[in-house]
Amino acid sequence: MNDGRRVLIILPAWNEADGLPAVLGEIKRQLPYVDTLVVDDGSTDRTSEVAAAAGSAVARLPFNLGVGGAMRLGYRYAQQHGYDVAIQVDADGQHDPFYIPVLLERLGEADLVIGARFDGEGDYRVRGPRRWAMRLLSLVLSRITRTRLTDTTSGFRACNRPMIEFFARWYPVEYLGDTVESLVGAARCGFTVRQAPVAMRARTTGRPSASPVKAMVYLVRAGLVLLLAMIRRMPPHLKDFAPGSPYYLSATTGPAASPAEV
Amino acid sequence: MHLSILTSITGVAVLAYIVELLRRQQLREKYAAIWLTIGLAIAPLGFFPSLLDSTARRLGVASGVSLVLFAGFVLVLLVSLHLSWEVSRLESETRTLAEDVALIRAHLAEHGALPARPEHTGPSEHTALPEHTAGTARTPEATP
Repeated sequence: MNDGRRVLIILPAWNEADGLPAVLGEIKRQLPYVDTLVVDDGSTDRTSEVAAAAGSAVARLPFNLGVGGAMRLGYRYAQQHGYDVAIQVDADGQHDPFYIPVLLERLGEADLVIGARFDGEGDYRVRGPRRWAMRLLSLVLSRITRTRLTDTTSGFRACNRPMIEFFARWYPVEYLGDTVESLVGAARCGFTVRQAPVAMRARTTGRPSASPVKAMVYLVRAGLVLLLAMIRRMPPHLKDFAPGSPYYLSATTGPAASPAEV
Repeated sequence: MHLSILTSITGVAVLAYIVELLRRQQLREKYAAIWLTIGLAIAPLGFFPSLLDSTARRLGVASGVSLVLFAGFVLVLLVSLHLSWEVSRLESETRTLAEDVALIRAHLAEHGALPARPEHTGPSEHTALPEHTAGTARTPEATP
């Protein structure tokens, strides 16, 4: 299963002290060969202590940066510690670690694998403008990434080494950027994106927003994020890690080398 | 001549305020230069708004005062746009700094060189007491 790859699971957590031990415990039981990093995104509760007590590495941000900021920190950590695979998992227990091996396997043919909710499976259902927004995102992002994507806002995803290098340097931090814009950026730089079907569990904490006004705002914002992601200029130095670069070839075929060596 | 009294006083006051801020080193040079130039250009116009009338007529604006209003509005727009740009830049710098702090902290913690609990969230002996005052100034009495 593991084939010698060093795997890091990144859990961005903001005030998740209650649910975190169970999530970390489940990962430890099911996947003893992976390391975990809890990114404490400026929590005011005991998130970082609880995570450290559960045996996880902890990176604690001095103030709240949002999911995007927390994830970039996670990728920078993965890059600095030389991990081959980074997997993003929500700290609230929505993502079942049972599917992590599925993502890992799929990573053989892609740089970025999204754990996508099955259409119709589970009790996850959306209607109205929120559904249109998700449809729109899926449609446009499927075109951009040249593959069928059904759940583009899923935060359950796995990346290989070049993708870690890429995200450590460039990760969108604004609203929906961590899911939608990061996908667009990766695809525009030539990375391969695939999805793997997973079932997600009901969240243990918090409630999804359901008001039609909020859903409409969500649609508009999603459209704006998409538009901006399409017209934004990607920093040119990112080409050093993109598919086709000497670094990409060495990282995906041979032993991992740092970009400075190639 | 009520208008020119108002504008001249305002112009001089603004100019004086810019100079005073500069003198107290509250304003970075790169901004000070812009503001000083603007102040020096605006102050005389406060005394003689009619100075602009000929320019205004050439540009197709009814009077000099209208031209000043228009130019002033454009200026304020540009300045606030510039500030937004600066704030965006500062925010991304702060973000990177916060990440660096977290990475260094994590590194130190892994090598046992950092106390289990950073001090500003409360002393480790009192973990049972949730401390929600992170980031706010604490009075000396609150610290045991």
